[in-house]
Amino acid sequence: MIKVKDKLMIGGEVLESRLFTGTGKFSNKEVITETIEAAKSQVVTMALRRVDFDSKEENVINYIPDDSILLPNTSGARTAEEAVRIARIAKAAGCGNWIKIEVISDNKYLMPDNQETIKATEVLAQEGFVVLPYVTPDLMVAKRLEEVGAAAVMPLGAPIGSNRGLKTKELIRILIDEIDLPIVVDAGIGKPSQAAEAMEMGADAVLVNTAIATAKDPVTMGRAFDWAVRAGREAYLAGTGVVKNYASASSPLTGFLKGE
Amino acid sequence: MSYYQEYSKFKEFDFGSFFAQITDDDIRGVLAKDRLEREDFLVLLSPKASNYLEEMAQKAHKLTVQNFGRIIFLYAPLYLANYCVNQCAYCGFNVKNGFKRDKLTLNQVEEEAKAIMDKGIKDLVVLTGESRKHSPVSYIKDSINIIKEYISSIAIEVYPMKTEEYKELVETGVDGLTIYQETYNEDIYDEVHIKGPKKNYRFRLDAPERGCQAGMRRVNIGPLLGLDDWRKETFFAGLHANYLQNKYLDTAISLSLPRLRPHLGSFQPNSIVDDSALVQIILAYRLFLPHIGISLSTRESRELRDNLLPLGITKMSAESSTAVGGYARDKGAKQFDISDDRTVVEMKDLLLNKGYQPIFKNWQQI
Repeated sequence: MIKVKDKLMIGGEVLESRLFTGTGKFSNKEVITETIEAAKSQVVTMALRRVDFDSKEENVINYIPDDSILLPNTSGARTAEEAVRIARIAKAAGCGNWIKIEVISDNKYLMPDNQETIKATEVLAQEGFVVLPYVTPDLMVAKRLEEVGAAAVMPLGAPIGSNRGLKTKELIRILIDEIDLPIVVDAGIGKPSQAAEAMEMGADAVLVNTAIATAKDPVTMGRAFDWAVRAGREAYLAGTGVVKNYASASSPLTGFLKGE
Repeated sequence: MSYYQEYSKFKEFDFGSFFAQITDDDIRGVLAKDRLEREDFLVLLSPKASNYLEEMAQKAHKLTVQNFGRIIFLYAPLYLANYCVNQCAYCGFNVKNGFKRDKLTLNQVEEEAKAIMDKGIKDLVVLTGESRKHSPVSYIKDSINIIKEYISSIAIEVYPMKTEEYKELVETGVDGLTIYQETYNEDIYDEVHIKGPKKNYRFRLDAPERGCQAGMRRVNIGPLLGLDDWRKETFFAGLHANYLQNKYLDTAISLSLPRLRPHLGSFQPNSIVDDSALVQIILAYRLFLPHIGISLSTRESRELRDNLLPLGITKMSAESSTAVGGYARDKGAKQFDISDDRTVVEMKDLLLNKGYQPIFKNWQQI
């Protein structure tokens, strides 16, 4: 059997790892470096609002391994316009041209504003950004994002930081089936088993921050997530068995057709 | 609709009878819940709940780490002027206190901003006393225009303003508003605010809401603990925060815990808020409002601040001066004495040792 190379491609970059990570919530900056390395993550997100460009010691970018792809996010943006401004600042500051759009005007559940996110995606995609919008999973929204030039779609599994797992599974499954762009499940994944579940289902990647950063041992947890994501992906490629939610009937209803 | 309507529903509420009926089962029931109603919040503020501080603390700690991470935001205050026309019984800047008033010139504002920036601080609260004559909105705006060249995130803690004035300041570069109600009890409010525009309870009570309407990104409220029974004050402040958060989803609401400190003048607190009470307040806030920031200033001692850290605190001030021109020049009269005089570098080391990442920058001018 010929083993097909299984790589994810986003914005012209070929990615070996399907685990995206973040830089928030860690107890110190040094552990961020170690964790990303242990997780073998290649795409790392950070909130531009927190990047301290004036201080070498405080600048979180200096703790992200050099070969990583930076994925600055627009955390703090309440409208499309603010997200666009933040994205431009990130690019001008040398953070590259990838951007994760986060437009959140709900401080309680931190739910994304899908409409504003579409608007920001359209503007930034036209400006040449590789745009990864964070959204509540919705087929029509994902189709619009596809039309306006998103490079991937990042649906939430559950509210940010909630560690509740794949609560939106059925909605994400529809996106996986119907959208040609990579689907990166972002937010809500609390355990490696939940990351594996997303990957088994056919998600192209997952983004995990809180579950790793707030673990007692983030480095080990990062490694555990790496394995889980790889295991989930391999299981998907291997083709999981059909799940039946009924037993095989002992008295067939169509047996008469065969003269039984 | 204003928070006053909600406050009025509970104004005559018999807190004593409610607290007297609380059982251990009630408290255990609340501790087992994921989402708390306002009655649950009040259960956690009961005298009986003080027997459950450890259980509350474990849960509060987990919620805080989950929602905010192992981080603490650091900030500092910058006093522009201490001219004040109010006669507040508890305050060092009271118009009746005879000390030399001061106000920074714009050059001095720049010196202060630079001195604060050199300490590594990127989040500032700019304060004045209440004097529209000495510290008009235009002066505050001029100061902000200078400060924003050095500091990325700026809040104001000044006299209550009209929505239009708050909007002007937001456009200038202010992203946060801090305004303390001092006390939610209207009668005590009237008593301790002896003279001056601050006597207007409603105008102050609605100020945080006007800030939200004006587009402030963050609004920080709280009672001055010690003016009335802390259980009631905490209840009303928690309800106020909840009201604002539900109505203005795009503004981050936070709570502060100022306790009355010794100051010029002779006013003594009406209600003693001991350390155990302060702990219960923090825990009840956190369990009722899991996403809300809780801020602790250098009013409190270093030992206490270290111990309160894991209970739900998300923001602390560091190396603060409460005097006008206190960073770049000799110190003048202070609004209140600070207890924790550790430097920014010391605070940073302490936080790292305790397993918390100090965060200096959490916003930038866009």
